[in-house]
Amino acid sequence: MQTLYDKLWKSHVVQEWPGDTTLLYIDRHLVHEVTSPQAFEGLRIAGRRPWRLDSVLAVADHNVPTTGRTNGISDPISRLQVETLDRNCEELGITEFKMNDLRQGIVHVIGPEQGATLPGMTVVCGDSHTSTHGAFACLAFGIGTSEVEHVLATQCLSIKKAKEMQILVDGTLGHGVTAKDIALAIIGKIGTAGGAGYVIEFSGSAIRALSMEGRMTLCNMTIEAGARAGMIAVDDITIEYISGRPFAPKGDSWEKAIAYWHTLRSDDGAKFNQVVKLDAARIKPQVTWGTSPEMVTTVDGRVPDPLQITDSVRRNDMERALKYMGLAPNTLISEIYLDKIFIGSCTNSRIEDLRAAAEIVKDRYIATNIKLAMVVPGSGLVKLQAEEEGLDKIFRNAGFEWREPGCSMCIAMNDDRLSRGERCASTSNRNFEGRQGPGGRTHLVSPAMAAAAAVAGHFVDVRKIY
Amino acid sequence: MKKFRNCKGLAAPLDRANVDTDAIIPKQFLKSINRSGFGQNLFDEWRYLDHGELGMDAAKRKPNPDFVLNQARYRGAQILLARANFGCGSSREHAAWALQDYGFQVIIAPSFADIFFNNSFKIGLLPIVLSESTVDRMFREVNVTEGYYLTVNLKDQTVTAPSGKSCVFEIDPFCKYNLLNGLDEIGLTLQHAEKIKAFEDKQRLEQPWLFT
Ligand code: SF4
Repeated sequence: MQTLYDKLWKSHVVQEWPGDTTLLYIDRHLVHEVTSPQAFEGLRIAGRRPWRLDSVLAVADHNVPTTGRTNGISDPISRLQVETLDRNCEELGITEFKMNDLRQGIVHVIGPEQGATLPGMTVVCGDSHTSTHGAFACLAFGIGTSEVEHVLATQCLSIKKAKEMQILVDGTLGHGVTAKDIALAIIGKIGTAGGAGYVIEFSGSAIRALSMEGRMTLCNMTIEAGARAGMIAVDDITIEYISGRPFAPKGDSWEKAIAYWHTLRSDDGAKFNQVVKLDAARIKPQVTWGTSPEMVTTVDGRVPDPLQITDSVRRNDMERALKYMGLAPNTLISEIYLDKIFIGSCTNSRIEDLRAAAEIVKDRYIATNIKLAMVVPGSGLVKLQAEEEGLDKIFRNAGFEWREPGCSMCIAMNDDRLSRGERCASTSNRNFEGRQGPGGRTHLVSPAMAAAAAVAGHFVDVRKIY
Repeated sequence: MKKFRNCKGLAAPLDRANVDTDAIIPKQFLKSINRSGFGQNLFDEWRYLDHGELGMDAAKRKPNPDFVLNQARYRGAQILLARANFGCGSSREHAAWALQDYGFQVIIAPSFADIFFNNSFKIGLLPIVLSESTVDRMFREVNVTEGYYLTVNLKDQTVTAPSGKSCVFEIDPFCKYNLLNGLDEIGLTLQHAEKIKAFEDKQRLEQPWLFT
């Protein structure tokens, strides 16, 4: 009896090294501008060529501006990095979606959108949120630049097999509770190091009920639980999502592929090193209050009190986090007022996320204390579809800015950022110090919760708004 | 990759858990297309009082006197003592580059985040996992001992404190071999090019859709 992870692993072993390191074959290599220049440079210095060009798909996402694109990138350092990617791809013949291509977007949004992410693949990218692609029953994980170079040169990686954790979420989610809330509830339960050394398979009826967008949100945040990869078995929802996408197989090949893909699930009775269970019906909308995703509570909760914590390392961390966040212990979450709202990132910038947020802000207007509310679609195609559905108008009428696709204020490498002390409800995945701008304060929430906070000016329970 | 040499190095304590790679090297420095020069921006937001950007002259910036690495007694430290889950978050290898460029050769912690741990080995920076209680003891000792030097012997897999007390650490044999010999891992893999090709041919037959 094998787990899904066993199956994915075994089908990619090229060679076992002494010890427990294995040379694993990589099917899909996604590349972006920030973690690749030194890898391409390394190849060049060593006089090596990419092993298999058709496995690589490149896009610039981290540095690109979300306004005024026709003017190019004004920051010369960002521009050089994007131009370096363009030049490397042109020279080597790698497929790249350039900044003004309609298909451009966040690397983890465009892979699945194009059908470049397919079940059964090993998928890597020089980016920790590569875990996203595990939603398609892929073994997908982030790598460093040395490994980017290694995969470019050899199509393989030397790695060790991880332990396996099963996270079972059974039951039905309440209305207004989303995959993002499942992810944050899990991280709150097992901690940001809870998954270290593991890959996680998510299963249970609540997972089966999620759309592919929801599954991607959940797998995306596996890295925030410390696990390198998250994955979900193939079912009809997976197949239906892939059908007809540009890189997906067609005709006979499609039928053959589906037959194989349906085997990509853990066998009944397969053993995991650890099993964690959650009851979907009991998950409430989540809000982070600190500087690590595990510093999270429910929307009806309060900011915790460090004095209640006996462990000194944890207490110090909590005190430091509250100081950075400018929050007093025991403050009601619903009394936290916000300056900015960010709806975007590879966690929550797909069409379903935008629909969920639009549903809340429709015929409403952002509160007067909100200085900026922005929606940054995950790709040009998501943006186009949203516009076809009239979502852009709903957002604009509510006082939101409607931007061009990219990572934007998830990482603040372009001009989209928080100023010192500003507080933001963000649908991204990391609330680390300075992540959205030096001194900026991030609260992670779902798109519906971010939209509700925009309208109220402070956090509110989205379940009371519909 | 650089060959790892045994080292006797000054240890500096960084007493926080879950230190993320955004803190180790903030994102504005990731815009560099070079592989070196990140050391001056290691822990930038904690280390300086002013906001750092790429290309600023470190000598003209305002160091934060409260930050541990700015204290005179830790100048020239080669070993970083850290807490649990060090290097979590983003996969940026720049974090490992910055630590190495600053002068660190070894990081000791009770646990590391997976990707950071891997990245470190790839560039010849040695991450050592010791038990929570041993790391705790080292934190206590380094705080009360000026000039706390630790000796790290990779071949024997030992860390020795100034008191002479030694402890053994685990390391994957493949990683150890590569570090000791400073091997080019890509070269090593390419010695098996035939095997990779054979694997690929089989895949192409069985799952042709992977090759379009
Ligand atoms: S959206 Fe944020 S987390 Fe996702 S790839 Fe971009 S920077 Fe990373």
